[in-house]
Amino acid sequence: MASGLLRLVAQRIVLGIILLVAVSVLIFVGTQILPGDVAQSILGQSATPQAVANLRAQLGLDQPAYIRYFQWLGGLLQGNLGNALSNGQPIGPEIAMRLKNTLFLAFWAAAVSIPLSILLGLIAVRHKNGFIDKLISASTLATISLPEFFIGYLLIYFIAVKLQWFTSVSTVYPDMPFLQRMNAIALPAATLTLVVLAQMMRMTRAAILNVMQSAYVETAELKGLTQFEIIWKHAFPNAIAPIINVIMLNLAYLVVGVVVIEVIFVYPGMGQYLVDHVAKRDVPVVQDCGLIFAAVYIALNMLADIFSILSNPRLRHPK
Amino acid sequence: MPDALLDIRHLRIEATVYPPDEPSHDIVIVDDVSLQLEKGRVLGLIGESGAGKSTIGLSPMGYGRGGVRITGGEVTINGRDILKGGKRGLRRLRGKEVCYVAQSAAAAFNPAHKLMDQVIEATLKHKVAGRVEAERRAVALFRKLGLPNPDTFGNRYPHQVSGGQLQRAMTAMALCSEPDLIIFDEPTTALDVTTQIDVLAAIKDAIRDTGVAALYITHDLAVVAQVSDEIMVLRHGKLVEHGDVRQIIDAPTKEYTKALVSVRSIEHEEKRPHEKPILAVEHITAAYGHGAAAVPVLKDVSVEVCSGQTLAVVGESGSGKSTLARVITGLLPPREGKIRFDGRDLPPRLGQRSRNDLRELQMIYQMADVAMNPRQTVGTIIGRPLEFYFGMRGRERDKRVAELLEEIEMGKGFLDRYPAELSGGQKQRVCIARALAAKPKLIICDEVTSALDPLVADGILKLLLNLQKIEDVAYLFITHDLATVRAIADSIAVMYRGELVRYGPKSEVLAPPFDAYTDLLLSSVPEMKIGWLEEAIEGRRMQSAGN
Amino acid sequence: MLKIRRIPLSALIGIAITVLFVLAAIFAPWISPYSDTSVVGDVWEPMSAAHWLGTDNLGRDLLTRLLYGARITLFIAALATALSFTLGASLGLTAAVIGGWFDEVLSRFVDLIMSIPTLIFALVVLSVLPVNTVTLIIVMGVLDSTRVYRISRAVAVDINVMDFVEAAKLRGEGRIWVIFREILPNALSPLVAELGLRFIFAILFLSALSFLGLGVQPPMSDWGGMVKENKDGIVFGIPAALLPAAAIAILSISVNLVADWVLNRTTDLKGGRGNA
Repeated sequence: MASGLLRLVAQRIVLGIILLVAVSVLIFVGTQILPGDVAQSILGQSATPQAVANLRAQLGLDQPAYIRYFQWLGGLLQGNLGNALSNGQPIGPEIAMRLKNTLFLAFWAAAVSIPLSILLGLIAVRHKNGFIDKLISASTLATISLPEFFIGYLLIYFIAVKLQWFTSVSTVYPDMPFLQRMNAIALPAATLTLVVLAQMMRMTRAAILNVMQSAYVETAELKGLTQFEIIWKHAFPNAIAPIINVIMLNLAYLVVGVVVIEVIFVYPGMGQYLVDHVAKRDVPVVQDCGLIFAAVYIALNMLADIFSILSNPRLRHPK
Repeated sequence: MPDALLDIRHLRIEATVYPPDEPSHDIVIVDDVSLQLEKGRVLGLIGESGAGKSTIGLSPMGYGRGGVRITGGEVTINGRDILKGGKRGLRRLRGKEVCYVAQSAAAAFNPAHKLMDQVIEATLKHKVAGRVEAERRAVALFRKLGLPNPDTFGNRYPHQVSGGQLQRAMTAMALCSEPDLIIFDEPTTALDVTTQIDVLAAIKDAIRDTGVAALYITHDLAVVAQVSDEIMVLRHGKLVEHGDVRQIIDAPTKEYTKALVSVRSIEHEEKRPHEKPILAVEHITAAYGHGAAAVPVLKDVSVEVCSGQTLAVVGESGSGKSTLARVITGLLPPREGKIRFDGRDLPPRLGQRSRNDLRELQMIYQMADVAMNPRQTVGTIIGRPLEFYFGMRGRERDKRVAELLEEIEMGKGFLDRYPAELSGGQKQRVCIARALAAKPKLIICDEVTSALDPLVADGILKLLLNLQKIEDVAYLFITHDLATVRAIADSIAVMYRGELVRYGPKSEVLAPPFDAYTDLLLSSVPEMKIGWLEEAIEGRRMQSAGN
Repeated sequence: MLKIRRIPLSALIGIAITVLFVLAAIFAPWISPYSDTSVVGDVWEPMSAAHWLGTDNLGRDLLTRLLYGARITLFIAALATALSFTLGASLGLTAAVIGGWFDEVLSRFVDLIMSIPTLIFALVVLSVLPVNTVTLIIVMGVLDSTRVYRISRAVAVDINVMDFVEAAKLRGEGRIWVIFREILPNALSPLVAELGLRFIFAILFLSALSFLGLGVQPPMSDWGGMVKENKDGIVFGIPAALLPAAAIAILSISVNLVADWVLNRTTDLKGGRGNA
């Protein structure tokens, strides 16, 4: 690999790390803008000034903000995520378990939606402006406009309650047998898939269409190649990069969609954890979860960029 | 006609258009065109844009771009009507009996594959030769077409080679499978004049050596006269005239053909320079960027334009001619040197200049489409300078706008039209009127005719010359087209890579002895003369032998 | 230029439904059969003549609740969109025209904010702020303005490099003229389409927040809140929660259809018939 290429990739990774640090600052600042006093809010109006002062000292709130920030950051880097305000339990192990659940769910949603969106995109382009294309376009337009909870509850109502094929609540626990776990996530994964599929399919269609309308595809056709040869040898190598870009961007979108889905299906993942503790105003948990979600999001976007760099023939074979 | 390789009879091609907010309807692009081509002959298809020449050119391959479809007539190749052969028949034909060389080779090559793989692809696909033999043929073609390092050229990727080389590689790709017919679709239009001549010669040699028949499509009559045996003139999808190349060039019978042949033969008496330059560019040096990373674009350029006269600044891409315009208008302050206008120093930056300075120096752009705000009517576009510079309003302004419309030979009916409703020539005329409205002393014309068809461009040039007489305005005319320069310039400045190579009154600049670059430039411009190409190549060969 | 017959059917349907929803929201207090807070029937009654859409989890009339919910949802979403648009578009256009450090700094800052998923950022911020209508509008407005900033800046930059803008600058026109008379009229089409998309996003986003319990607080209820209130019925086969969700869906699709139509009508800046 050319050294120039390695340099570009390294630059991108460094940029990603800087961005992550900046985001951590942003999240920290975001949780410090409370008008009024955290300790006061937790203990309520009737608390004695002494109790409030004690809690403040206990939470380390008497120290200036930037010190608290570095304490937090330092703790993170050492693997210590602190303790939850609401119950004093360590956050780390809880997040570890829930993160696994969330990733499991997200993985299967991605595994279904990615091939499906590429396939539908190809079909739509093959029948461009025909009935099938218009049908696919219309259904994706509709699906994008639907809120996730609509799709979720629709599925629960018809499939879980009326047809009784799956359960409406997706509880999973550690050491659950694989098949049972798959059964539990069937509906939430289906919902997540539908949510992301529409968006992804539109973008893959656009990417494939863009490539199919290039001049070099016309050249291939004028050389007498079959439709299959044209798509496989000429369109596909140039479509991979934009398609992977689309996939990465939508995986990032998946990260956000997972939050609402977990609440709908009462699934013990990171999303539900975050939402519960936002309501409880549990700042340490919110900070940690927020940062982890942001880190995944940034990492996926960064991978999308890096892949774009690596697959660009101009950069791979410089003049 | 026995044994015609290609026989097209009564070809009719239509397309469906979908104008916004209107029902879609069909239009006829090619109307009842017939032609025959024998083995080894070259037929030139010439016409302006919209004439249908590319559409006809693609019909021997049974291909229509963008939803165009053949609705009538027969296309027979080697005795078979290809329109009745179905998709399979077309696939067997394409890349084997008929090959295509596209206008933009840069876009026509797949950026993801090496050149060699693409060049021999059709040959392998149609089993004309095995891989080893195909590669051997390709290398021989690279050599014959004058590509550098022919043995290793195929290992490169499209973005690693230049435009002229890609065009030749495309020709090699077409020749590799030894087809009976090659269709050349404007192959040299996108190239610089000095590159064009080499590619033209290479194509002509290749055609002659392989005995392949060819359809050569172009809008440049001088170019087509060099390579064709016959010429067919098209207009709006219909045949205008068809004959032997000598007959068309030396004795055209139809009015339209005559106009095409006599393009750029505008009569213009050269004015001698006088004492009062309206614009003096003195030792201008300019660069883009700052400090060590600055890219120099102009080096010590000094020219003058006398009031009421035309200085033509000529050069190819990268010569710095457009940058000179940017420096003069104040968009790019120079590193060194100054601009003097009408006897006073012009501040180097646009923001420092007075409104009057700005008024007296106007500019007209190459692409009239984007030079006008699409949301403003013609009346508003022309009227704005009147409001802005002279404070004219209401009836006074409208009256002046009407006068200007007359000067550009367009009627009052155009007042409420939008730019999108105008033709290319009309758009440029409105831009001229807008410049004139300010009553300038000098107008910079930046390649104003380069994007127009030859006949339309002629109209614009005649208009500009006329206006110069009436309004006594000077022009700084930037162009890469020497024919235009000959037609309208009083003095000429030749630029190459940011430097002024030759400068002086027209008759002096165009007379020998020449410096090397001007010589190359002048000798590369195709003339409407049979056999010019051979002379030019021979001349080059003698020159390099003499060196 | 705008003939009713020329508007495609899908856009007409979209416009009609959107207008219907807006009118319903405005006139909710006058057209609702019951009051939105009083209990008028049994819990989760099915559809009947007395209650066209049945009742909700407390026995209140669902149709009434939907109409009032429309009011709140549309009101907050509209204000948030107005805020995001004004903030984002003005900053984006200015950044494109002024350029320089202003553009650099602002764009980097927007990139930073957009590095965090919007929902996550909103959740983080709402964990410490008091949850009321004003906060919601400000949080939604500011977060979404980043997207509007990006797109209006991109559109403005595209237009800024066109020759007619340079021609205006060379004439000596001031910045105000360039922005308002040259750039803005040409940026309107894509921006209006974007306005529609932002509005849909605001509705969906607000509904999601309310569904999670962090948006509009009871006793006021927007559509998202209504879904939350009635979701427990789903397990028992009561489709009450699907109704507000469907309302969101229908409105979103309608606005999408209109936005699509506006986008397709964007005047091609390089229009014209070539060189004939």
